[in-house]
Amino acid sequence: MTRAGWIRLLVIAAMIGALELACRLDFIDHRVMIPPSEMATALVAILASGQLNDDIARTLGVIAIAVAMSVVLGFALGLLIHALPRLRGALDPFFATYYAVPVFIFYPVMIAIFGLSVIPIVLMGVATAIVAMIIATLNGLDRIPRVLTKVARVHRMGRFATALQLQLPAAAPYLFTGVKLSVSYAFIAVIAAEFILAPAGLGRAIANAYADFDNRRMYALMLFVLLIATVVNAGLHAWDLRWARRRGARPS
Amino acid sequence: MTATRRALDTTIIIVVIVLLWQGFARWVGDTALPGPAPTFLYLTHFVPSARFAENAAATAIAFALALLLAYGLGLAIGVWMGAQRLSGEVGEPILITLYSLPKITLYPVILLIFGLTLSGKVVFGAIHGILPVALLTMAAIRNIPMVYLKSARTLHLSPWQTISNVLLPATIPEVMAGLRIGFTVTLLGVLLAEMFASKDGLGFLIINAMTLLQAKEMISIAIVLFAFAAIANAILLWIEHRLHRRV
Repeated sequence: MTRAGWIRLLVIAAMIGALELACRLDFIDHRVMIPPSEMATALVAILASGQLNDDIARTLGVIAIAVAMSVVLGFALGLLIHALPRLRGALDPFFATYYAVPVFIFYPVMIAIFGLSVIPIVLMGVATAIVAMIIATLNGLDRIPRVLTKVARVHRMGRFATALQLQLPAAAPYLFTGVKLSVSYAFIAVIAAEFILAPAGLGRAIANAYADFDNRRMYALMLFVLLIATVVNAGLHAWDLRWARRRGARPS
Repeated sequence: MTATRRALDTTIIIVVIVLLWQGFARWVGDTALPGPAPTFLYLTHFVPSARFAENAAATAIAFALALLLAYGLGLAIGVWMGAQRLSGEVGEPILITLYSLPKITLYPVILLIFGLTLSGKVVFGAIHGILPVALLTMAAIRNIPMVYLKSARTLHLSPWQTISNVLLPATIPEVMAGLRIGFTVTLLGVLLAEMFASKDGLGFLIINAMTLLQAKEMISIAIVLFAFAAIANAILLWIEHRLHRRV
């Protein structure tokens, strides 16, 4: 590990240690926050008892469905919009403002239409994630070097072979950026939706624990959500780096 | 010519959206989703009302304070991490990780600390905004070409002149992008806080309308917020483009 990496680890450890100490010495009221070590033990107990397995499976499942739908549909729509320049020109202002407006305020509208079920949550996840995938697809298609099309023509490759063997690999890094953003957006949207109103799920479980003044459970679940999100994001980032290195190692 | 044609195309898209809305409203029924015409009629009555004004003011105050906090802290952290190489290397991955976390999970903690007060909303909004402002400010400072600093030294500029004539103009477009994104996510943070638990504000009003099955009011508020965010973003984007062109 680099020097900065070690310092970073030290800084994080120091922050957790300071929090632990502040809680233990009653600088922070235990009704406000419990020591990090207790959060961890509470989390282990909850996971071992299996009482929240359903909520965990539900939330992660919803996120997975939202990501899958966003990536597949976003890619398809990206291809379509790229093929129709006039439509793209008309849509550009929408893409530029999409992430500037709080799309989330339409969640209650979705509940009014579809009822309090899993559908509005999936839709919120897709609504937040899909545009990132569309934009990434358009970006990737724009950046395909012209020379590749010429190479394909020289080799008399068919339309399908060109797309699969030349254009897709050339656009892949941008597409992967889209996937990464989709995952992170879907995560945020699904948890937030469950938090505000949902029949079940991890976000709901945290909100319920808060309403019941059950701090141990609440902090344990918060820790769990933050850990999962961090691990997933770090994993995608590491994968991205490995791909980038492989591309670098094999100059095309 | 092309500009008018693009404006026309964009208008066509808006018309298509409104038509889809109309069709969908027919399909699911009036209580779940009222059509565009009754909704806009309701909006014209609702927006001038005192109830809307009170709650909009509550949201506006919280948002303004949160923005101030996010910009102040974000710029301070960004400048520090950009100027000091090591702290930047140590801090950047931490900030990026925090940026992609679902911060709504932390709102109960803020509620436990601040209760249902204005401070809670402000802090929660600011938590969202600090990160993009800090990250983009840091990147802006790091990306200053060394040549600029060297030529400033060759010209014997004073530290103040270096800052005002070299460093500021070189970093401002990117910092502006950070401020724009910070604006967006701070607004989202304040609204989320109001939606989850609050006693006033537009986010509270939306959730309230939902529980009372007031679909028209709910959509009206959503449209107003949507329009506000879109217009603010367009203005900030315009400023950003102008700054880019000037450099």
